[in-house]
Amino acid sequence: MSEAKKFNFIGQRTIRPDGHDKVTGKANYAADLALPGMIWGKILRSPHAHAKILKLDTSKAEAMLGVMSVATFDDLPSVSNEAIQSGEGAIDSLDLGRNVLARDKVLYHGHAIAAIAAKTEAIAEKALELIDVEYEVLTPVLDLHEAMKADAPLLHEDMFTQGYPEQPEKPSNIAARHELKMGDVEAGFAEADVIVERDFVTPTVHQGYIEPHACTVSYNTEGQSMVWCSTQGHFDVRASTAKLLAMPLGNLKVIASEIGGGFGGKTTVYLEPIALILSRKSGRPVKMMMDRDEVFRASGPASAARLTVKVGGKKDGTITAMQTSIAYEAGAFKGSPAMIGGMTAFTPYNCANVYCETFDVVVNKPKVAAYRAPGAPQAEFGAEMAVSELAEKLGIDPVDLRLQNAAKEGTQTVYGPKLKAVGLVECLEAAKNSPHYKTELKEGEGRGIASGFWFNIGGQSSVTINMNPDGTGTIVEGSPDIGGSRASMQMMAAEELGIPLNDLKPIIGDTESIPYNQSTGGSRTTFATGMAVIEAAQDVVQQLKERAASLWNVTPDQVEWRDGSAINTAGEGQMTCAEICAKCEKTGGQISGTGNVNARGAGPSFAVHVCDTKVDMETGKVDVIRYTAIQDAGKAIHPSYVEGQFQGGAAQGIGWALNEEYVYNDDGVMENAGFLDYRIPLASDLPMIDTIIVEVPNNFHPYGVRGVGESGIIPPLAAVGYAVGDAIGANVSELPCSPPRVLKLIQEKG
Amino acid sequence: MLSAACVEVDPRKRLDVSMAMVFFSGELQRFTGEEKTSVVALNYRELLGELHNKYPDLKNSEITEMAIAIDGEIVHEPLLELIPEAAELHFFHFIAGG
Amino acid sequence: MTKVHVTTSINGDETEFLCEPHDTLLDVLRNDLSLTGTKEGCGSGDCGACSVTLNGRLVCSCLVLGVEAEGAEVGTIEGVGEADNLNVIQEKFLEHAALQCGICTPGLIVSTQALLAENPSPTEEEARYYLAGNLCRCTGYDKIIRAVMDSAETMRGEG
Repeated sequence: MSEAKKFNFIGQRTIRPDGHDKVTGKANYAADLALPGMIWGKILRSPHAHAKILKLDTSKAEAMLGVMSVATFDDLPSVSNEAIQSGEGAIDSLDLGRNVLARDKVLYHGHAIAAIAAKTEAIAEKALELIDVEYEVLTPVLDLHEAMKADAPLLHEDMFTQGYPEQPEKPSNIAARHELKMGDVEAGFAEADVIVERDFVTPTVHQGYIEPHACTVSYNTEGQSMVWCSTQGHFDVRASTAKLLAMPLGNLKVIASEIGGGFGGKTTVYLEPIALILSRKSGRPVKMMMDRDEVFRASGPASAARLTVKVGGKKDGTITAMQTSIAYEAGAFKGSPAMIGGMTAFTPYNCANVYCETFDVVVNKPKVAAYRAPGAPQAEFGAEMAVSELAEKLGIDPVDLRLQNAAKEGTQTVYGPKLKAVGLVECLEAAKNSPHYKTELKEGEGRGIASGFWFNIGGQSSVTINMNPDGTGTIVEGSPDIGGSRASMQMMAAEELGIPLNDLKPIIGDTESIPYNQSTGGSRTTFATGMAVIEAAQDVVQQLKERAASLWNVTPDQVEWRDGSAINTAGEGQMTCAEICAKCEKTGGQISGTGNVNARGAGPSFAVHVCDTKVDMETGKVDVIRYTAIQDAGKAIHPSYVEGQFQGGAAQGIGWALNEEYVYNDDGVMENAGFLDYRIPLASDLPMIDTIIVEVPNNFHPYGVRGVGESGIIPPLAAVGYAVGDAIGANVSELPCSPPRVLKLIQEKG
Repeated sequence: MLSAACVEVDPRKRLDVSMAMVFFSGELQRFTGEEKTSVVALNYRELLGELHNKYPDLKNSEITEMAIAIDGEIVHEPLLELIPEAAELHFFHFIAGG
Repeated sequence: MTKVHVTTSINGDETEFLCEPHDTLLDVLRNDLSLTGTKEGCGSGDCGACSVTLNGRLVCSCLVLGVEAEGAEVGTIEGVGEADNLNVIQEKFLEHAALQCGICTPGLIVSTQALLAENPSPTEEEARYYLAGNLCRCTGYDKIIRAVMDSAETMRGEG
């Protein structure tokens, strides 16, 4: 752990090393690669939300001029029910296979059934129309309450709810139930002077990355097949794809292109296995891209949820009990982040009595994928709304109530361990002292404040730093850069080496060139990959010292490394990094350092947001007029990109709270599958988003870093929701607070 | 007297060896029937061995796939972990992020 | 379908291409002319990632047919700045960290250039509304607007 010291680079606002390519259009994203002989792949998608596939006949399509190959589920070698590494946890590969290409049932409108590769996109699209499919249409299940009923139509006949002491006799749409508890909530509520109990509903939302999924692949029977795609984890793409296609891992090279947004939605595969099948069967490289409509209908949105929250407190401000029951929509296959909701809901509070029950429920909608702190926004929305209402009813300032009951070092969490050093108190105090919070509201304005908790993860990262004879170096790392992390890697390496920043160039290696790296997500990159970078840089420094020592004929421990140079402490002599590298051939060959970590001790990042809104009482339109995002970064390596994470998370959370939702008709067809009607925040919707970076160091990282990528999406839901309710004098229980809903609340209030 | 001084004592049988306290998640409690237990183990492998001996039903659980928090520090791949003295241990599922 | 022969000017270069009547200008730029700096985010004119100028007017190239480029002047991100020199807008975007994933950046820079050509002294509100057609999911727009306002000030000689 570095002592608090004067940093040369850490904390500066440097220009990102990949910036030039990004502002000139030179950077290559997933859809930007064309290969000689390339053909185009398109997917046939289900017109029904729930149906059995009785017949699938692709022969007419295959016979069409210009069609080169066809893919169906039968082209996936028998997929067994083992877990494979994908994303940051293990997933069921049979479910993955059946999601990529439907087997005997289609489970959501837009579910992929078959794919065609042809010489042009137009031919491929026309050929899809020639695929003959016969369906037995079934009743779709589109609502959590309906899905959980005993007599609901079943998506999977073999789904028996996990998580009860006895396995249920009958199958259901409830994949799993989880329970977390500590203390005695009954006793806690009995002690309370005030109890707040509310139901909340949150919608299906999409990560909304501007770059649709795309890939260009080339299957090679004799040697290495290649996949170029935009992904948060190219090693996971390799693992999933190789597993589904029964290929040895070494036969598949995956190159991570630049990625146009992920937010968790690009931690799994949709197109890549299909494209490889089409490539294998045609003998040509294949390019596939989702259009925006397909992205909404058939990638992985975030779970809708229904929750009940009950919190109790005494007049003196002590929160005595906190309880929730939450059902999450998993989409067509099991695996919503339900359990995580239970783990995070009340973690910002030091409360002895907590009970969380969560349900993972399948419905005829696309299978959900991760979205920035998956599971937490829904749960913490309900918790924070209830706590703010409790504060109001107790007549206590909402920040003060949170401060009084704040989780801190040593606080017992409901999921087991006690927290180590964390920065929630510091964030709350920063909120209280902020110019925003000190500004009084005007007539008609409302204010909301909310906390957010996310664990952050560590995991495996591997970095090599190769030094060139002229003293410049390449940092070869394996974390696809979704937000500017390369800048921080460059800074951390330069800090250790003491050489000019621009002498070091960070690149993202492909799966052939570097050892395994866990995917970019979970707020792990600056923390874990950063650790590996520092380790590799320290390895280089050690080697530089050894080489200098050999040139001076002293021992390495007689050489000091200072400001990018070796100093001979046993005599005369100073050599710069460049000078030592120039002689590397004579002293043992190229200098190359490695850092290989399975990083542990990731520190949680707490966030506190303050939101002011104004509501048009005639139309129900909400304007966010002021917003402040406060979060603990441990140590901000590059403050601009840390602020950027706070602001980006806030904007997504504001969208979730105000405008964004999947609108379904009774047939399970999404009616707003485009950016016009699935309305993410625009530049004209938002004010400047003020940020305050709190730094409570995480001692497991040499510089004290905590991941910051995810926590920022959690507080906005309740900060905005409560501010809206405050502005109109009503209780908000359903998101998003779109004009029709807000207007209804205003009218009901009378 | 000399011979007694040369006897090697199995560290696990020393009276002053600390026990680790293992806390079970709600899910694991279905297989253990208990919220917590104390165990003597020098490392993760011994820990699992002891737990499986004490609660044979654990073989039906996913405990070997779970992460473990050792005194609050979450370790996702605990296979080679040493268990410190008087450690507090919690099992829970891998956390995914986005 | 018979392809149509089009003669046009792209970033000042005389260019010819063949395209189907239904091909969009975006398709032509990316697939036929290998100018992949302009991005497809939605294909329906809602996200602005495909922003280019057509005879000086800011348009979504996914809503323009390739054949409409006949005799016109098209300006893309590849024509912004010079080969070895970024222009003020590009530099300010980097200085203010007004990009994270960068996919919306080409469209935003083209749009910003069009904004400042039309209105060298926009207010924050004017800038936000002019750029409302360029979606960004990563930044929350804060640093983008700061970069735009700073660019305007610098280009006016006040920075």
